[in-house]
Amino acid sequence: MSHAETMIPPQPAPPGIARPFTAQRLIGNIALGVWLAASVGLFLLMVDGWDPEKFAKYGPSFISGLGVTLGLVGASITLGALLSLPIAFARMSKNKILGWAAYAYVYFFRGTPLIAQLFLVYYGLGSFRPQMEAIGLWWFFRDAWNCALLTFTLNTAAYQAEILRGAIQSVPRGQTEAAAALGLPGRVAFFKVILPQALIVALRPYGNEIILMIKGSAIVAIVTVFDLMGETRRAFSRTFDYQMYVWAAILYLIMVEILRNLWAWLEDRITRHLKR
Amino acid sequence: MSGLFAALSSAVAWLASVIDPLCGPIGIFRLFGSGTLLACDNAGWGDEISYGFMVTATLAIATLPVGLVFGFFIALAKQSEEKSLRLASNIYTTIFRGLPELLTLFIVYYGLQILVQQFLASLGYEGPVEINAFVAGMIALGVVFSAYCSEVLLSAFKAIPRGQYEAGDALGFHRGRTMRLIILPQLVRIALPGLGNLWMALLKDTALVSVIGLPDILRQTGVAARVSKQAFEFFAVACLLFLILAMLSSIVFSALERWARRSEAAR
Repeated sequence: MSHAETMIPPQPAPPGIARPFTAQRLIGNIALGVWLAASVGLFLLMVDGWDPEKFAKYGPSFISGLGVTLGLVGASITLGALLSLPIAFARMSKNKILGWAAYAYVYFFRGTPLIAQLFLVYYGLGSFRPQMEAIGLWWFFRDAWNCALLTFTLNTAAYQAEILRGAIQSVPRGQTEAAAALGLPGRVAFFKVILPQALIVALRPYGNEIILMIKGSAIVAIVTVFDLMGETRRAFSRTFDYQMYVWAAILYLIMVEILRNLWAWLEDRITRHLKR
Repeated sequence: MSGLFAALSSAVAWLASVIDPLCGPIGIFRLFGSGTLLACDNAGWGDEISYGFMVTATLAIATLPVGLVFGFFIALAKQSEEKSLRLASNIYTTIFRGLPELLTLFIVYYGLQILVQQFLASLGYEGPVEINAFVAGMIALGVVFSAYCSEVLLSAFKAIPRGQYEAGDALGFHRGRTMRLIILPQLVRIALPGLGNLWMALLKDTALVSVIGLPDILRQTGVAARVSKQAFEFFAVACLLFLILAMLSSIVFSALERWARRSEAAR
């Protein structure tokens, strides 16, 4: 029987695991350094060019431009969602002509640039002024904002119809059959059984579509709507101050990031019954 | 040397004029458009629009490899063990996926102009500096494309099981060789549908470059519309040309996908 006669003297802590200075780390540090330098540079540029007069003059117009952007996107997303329902159903219908027409609509609006569509509506339909005046539609097409709203609604309806169709078709057939076995009428089965499951799938694409619309809406500045981008261009053309674009970039980034985080939270919330 | 360049560029121009699908010897406008507004001579706008078509296609094709290579390395950086590398690449994608493409274009166009001007001023050259719209468009679109591309490639990387890397190790492959022979072929197969979508988005984004003055499809048709006062017809032609480009690329991409899946077992 043996036992320790003396206490083990206190030892220093074991050395930490050495992290070798790899090439990856070097590149990472350089890249971070570039970002840091860029942000410091931009900050200095802004401090250097800081002008309270300019801020007081163009600040409010930036805010009103932000309002125009949000209003345009909100209205077109809502109207597009309404319009996308019949398109999605036409696309899924067994009627060949309906399905083909809906497919052509979706293909056109997804295959051409939004800016070309906007020009087609604003300049193209604008060249039919006498005919428009004859049927009393000119008041609508005279205003660039209305043209932008119409174009965006038609465009986003095509995208949303595809999202909706994909989501509805992703719900397994068994769900429809189960609803039929329970004796649920078709409408109730759709709204209470199919749609709630489809919306879970559709949520993320919908969020992406809204973000795409916010970004895409910047092009209305070219057809003289003073949204955030339009106000920025106007301020830049008057001051030749590069800061204006930086401010616009910050505002757009804030909008998109808020929406992205909101959507992550929303998805977390409505899929909580699927988590284990 | 300059004679060689001249010969080369004239050869390229001749080749482009022969295979020009709109105003070439067997071009659509040449065959069906003579006598109309789309004729290929000085009376019509066919040759201008055909030039714009070429510019749009060239810009998209020139941007693609830049964006792909850049996006690939950013995707690699995003899954690195090094924290700083991950952070830096995530900042990159957050910024360039969040900004409107038009704003990115303006920032690149005017920002480059200011940077070059200041650089030249420090060298003692004072004068107006004009940035090439094609280069600015290529940089802006390439940056946006690479940001999206890195996300697509990252999710494709995540879909490849760890065992594939371990198999490479077991065969005694170097890391680069594992990547080239084992990972990349599978990566292409998984990422192709996503990359196809990005290519379509890139094709549509090239229309924005008309705003900074590059004579692409939209700008040429816009000029024609303003001069001839027949805006609807010309912008409809622009939309049709973009649709044709989209159709062509969907054919190419479905062929590519079939090619990438050629070694998959039939199920």
